[in-house]
Amino acid sequence: MPREIVDRVEMPKQSPEERRSNFREVALGLDPELAVREAKRCIQCKTKPCTKGCPVEVEIPDFIALMAQGKFREADAKIKEKNSLPAICGRVCPQESQCESLCTLGKKFTPVAVGALERFAADWTREHSPESGCEKAGSDGPAVCAAADGIERPSARVAVIGSGPAGLTCAAELALMGYRVDIYESLHETGGVLRYGIPEFRLPKAIVNQEVDYVRSLGVRIFTNVLVGMTLDLNEMLAKGEYQAAFIGTGAGLPYFLEIPGENLNGVYSANEFLTRVNLMKAYKFPEYDTPVKIGRRVAVVGAGNVAMDAARTSLRLGAEDVKIVYRRSRTEMPARLEEIENAEEEGVQMFLLTNPVRIISDGKGGVGAMECIKMELGEPDASGRRRPVPIPGSEFTMDVDTIIIAVGQGPNPLLARATEGLALNRRGNIEARDEYGATSIPGVWAGGDIVTGAATVISAMGAGKRAARGIDIWLRSQS
Amino acid sequence: MFRIMEKRLLAPAVHQLVVEAPLVARSARPGNFVIVRTNETGERIPLTIADYDPEKGSVMLVVQEVGKSTMDIGMMEAGDSFADVAGPLGQATPIKKVGTVVGVAGGIGVAPLLPQIKLHKEIGNHVITIVGARTRDLLILKDETEQASHEVIFATDDGSFGYHGFVTAALEELIKQGRQIDEVTAIGPVRMMQATCNLTRKHNIPTLVSLNAVMVDGTGMCGCCRVTVGGETKFSCVDGPDFDGHKVDFDELASRQAFFRDEENLARELAEQKRGGCRCHEK
Ligand SMILES: Cc1cc2nc3c(=O)[nH]c(=O)nc-3n(C[C@H](O)[C@H](O)[C@H](O)COP(=O)(O)OP(=O)(O)OC[C@H]3O[C@@H](n4cnc5c(N)ncnc54)[C@H](O)[C@@H]3O)c2cc1C
Ligand SMILES: Cc1cc2nc3c(=O)[nH]c(=O)nc-3n(C[C@H](O)[C@H](O)[C@H](O)COP(=O)(O)OP(=O)(O)OC[C@H]3O[C@@H](n4cnc5c(N)ncnc54)[C@H](O)[C@@H]3O)c2cc1C
Ligand code: FES
Repeated sequence: MPREIVDRVEMPKQSPEERRSNFREVALGLDPELAVREAKRCIQCKTKPCTKGCPVEVEIPDFIALMAQGKFREADAKIKEKNSLPAICGRVCPQESQCESLCTLGKKFTPVAVGALERFAADWTREHSPESGCEKAGSDGPAVCAAADGIERPSARVAVIGSGPAGLTCAAELALMGYRVDIYESLHETGGVLRYGIPEFRLPKAIVNQEVDYVRSLGVRIFTNVLVGMTLDLNEMLAKGEYQAAFIGTGAGLPYFLEIPGENLNGVYSANEFLTRVNLMKAYKFPEYDTPVKIGRRVAVVGAGNVAMDAARTSLRLGAEDVKIVYRRSRTEMPARLEEIENAEEEGVQMFLLTNPVRIISDGKGGVGAMECIKMELGEPDASGRRRPVPIPGSEFTMDVDTIIIAVGQGPNPLLARATEGLALNRRGNIEARDEYGATSIPGVWAGGDIVTGAATVISAMGAGKRAARGIDIWLRSQS
Repeated sequence: MFRIMEKRLLAPAVHQLVVEAPLVARSARPGNFVIVRTNETGERIPLTIADYDPEKGSVMLVVQEVGKSTMDIGMMEAGDSFADVAGPLGQATPIKKVGTVVGVAGGIGVAPLLPQIKLHKEIGNHVITIVGARTRDLLILKDETEQASHEVIFATDDGSFGYHGFVTAALEELIKQGRQIDEVTAIGPVRMMQATCNLTRKHNIPTLVSLNAVMVDGTGMCGCCRVTVGGETKFSCVDGPDFDGHKVDFDELASRQAFFRDEENLARELAEQKRGGCRCHEK
């Protein structure tokens, strides 16, 4: 086997020493030469297992074949047939457990760097020709696109609640079919987790802005500062005939805590609070920006998902000297993207695995003095199929920390459901989706993304937004 | 959007603003608050809706300058706009017909108290309001308070107007006089609400307090506003801001409010330097 096929190209990155003190993007992207070289590694196997690993079924070998010929714009268009946000997905999808995990080449060597190629195609195309929306949009208020597929459709208005990846995708798909779409977002900014959760050094906000601008260019109106359920009532919006259908993509915004003593001491943040202060409110630029964030010298981040890695790496960038990940299971169970775990370790984040916090000890002044932990070992598999961590009696020890960030998951925010009569939830408080399109218990209302599945991924939220758009289209056409 | 339609100085460094926010005005209930941001670099701060007018499409806010963000609001004029006003947020105050209700307000706490006592009066409760301030000049919204209550006691710490002493002392006198009191609602500084609760607990009078925990989003997304009530952690923005005062851990609240003290002081000093002195003593 020639070396060019065996060795996957390495994505250039800022060095760990440099990047741990700035908020610029860590991974610098491929150049055209590297991109073509990597694309040529794909052996274009007949079985295309990679496409089955993609939640939205991007024709991966086809776009890679175009890239191998240097046809980057065409490659980008090929991806966009299935995935409207490739610049984002190329950066944040867990490729190693999706497409790349099934790559034929990966069985013997390393898989093709699908994510890096996807990102390159999108970035290159954006830099060389800005995306155009539909021509009519933006001229006089809420214009509509001519349906991209040429199908005649009834004139109808759809409300999309939440501007995360699920809402943005659903809105774009519906606008492209020729419907009028309004997005309502409770925060003052769009993007959902892409804006307030995932940090600049992993997903530059300029890219999120471009994707939102694209959705706007399709004629979609976006209203921020509107908390549906409080500012407006969903049932009323439909009953009054302002909207003929709605999509709920309100995400999993409710942070879970550990429910251990000392958790309300100063210096204990939820990852959501910590990341929102830094990303959405730009506290890393305090006092130029008004929102403060306080970081100590020794930080413990509890949890080992993407959220935890983001919190740990953000802590370093804010000046913490010593940052630990504390996780009750072992390395193989860590849910974060592999690349982010590697990046975090390179930057100096230490991993305290099979370790569980028991209580947080006060410094006597209302702040965090230390955290008591207990060592764990893996026992029998639990409901999730992972081996259950069990405490080792007598193994308690104290960890010297002054800041603790809790990143043990998020649940559905109950506000909208509480205020919307007739909206059925499942036992865990997620909205119940009754068919493959995400229809809810209220006629004319669909839901998708984290609010249905619980905290998941950007690509699965987008997939849900897209399927709901299809469901809404079928329904609106059947109503006319 | 979010234009300041009217602005008026109620007391030194205390401003009344009428802000255009039609969707908020339409859905607001007593006890709700908004989160505002003055401009693109501003922080999100919570302010209680002191009054709302669905017809005019406006909400009334009363803001006391205590730091950078509220000083920025103090500098804004009628015609200026907030970058953002989101709401109404929080649970509406549970207001039921109980008999006699005493509203206790410290400082500008009378502004958020007003919509609550108005509704109490409307549904047939007998309303006694006790409003306290350090000194006469700081007593605000006197006429509005008189109108919304059956009886009013003004109290000043220095005795320059009305009752000489703290609101809690005035409340204690009412209790000692043997007045039937079915419910107390207290809004103001943490220590004032705590003292009120310590008093009413002794006399078994149910007491509602409005907690001013530090907030970021105000929608239940960050957990910054968590408070301990009856041994359980609650998010004051979505579970409150009103809680059973006898169950609130006020010491924890006071401690959490002070977490960003250093940063707040720095921001205020920088802002004061920029505008050449604070305006706290201007009239
Ligand atoms: C820190 C962090 C890092 C992550 N990293 C990755 C990663 O690397 N890769 C990956 O694939 N996934 C990652 N995820 C998960 C991923 O971001 C989510 O699965 C995805 O964003 C879910 O999309 P969504 O559209 O369903 O919801 P969200 O992105 O949560 O968006 C929901 C939006 O709805 C708004 N909203 C909520 N309630 C209302 C209401 N009542 N009215 C109006 N608006 C409302 C919210 O403000 C929000 O803007 C990460 C998550 C976090 C928190
Ligand atoms: C539900 C609620 C309703 C409120 N209603 C009113 C009102 O009607 N009128 C009014 O003048 N004030 C009100 N406040 C208080 C007001 O939000 C704070 O005074 C303001 O945020 C201070 O900001 P600053 O930058 O001026 O001062 P800073 O110097 O930043 O802070 C001064 C003090 O204000 C508190 N504070 C700071 N930031 C926040 C924040 N983001 N959220 C909450 N508190 C904070 C802290 O205790 C701090 O010590 C309310 C607070 C809450 C929680
Ligand atoms: S302010 Fe964020 S949860 Fe209450």
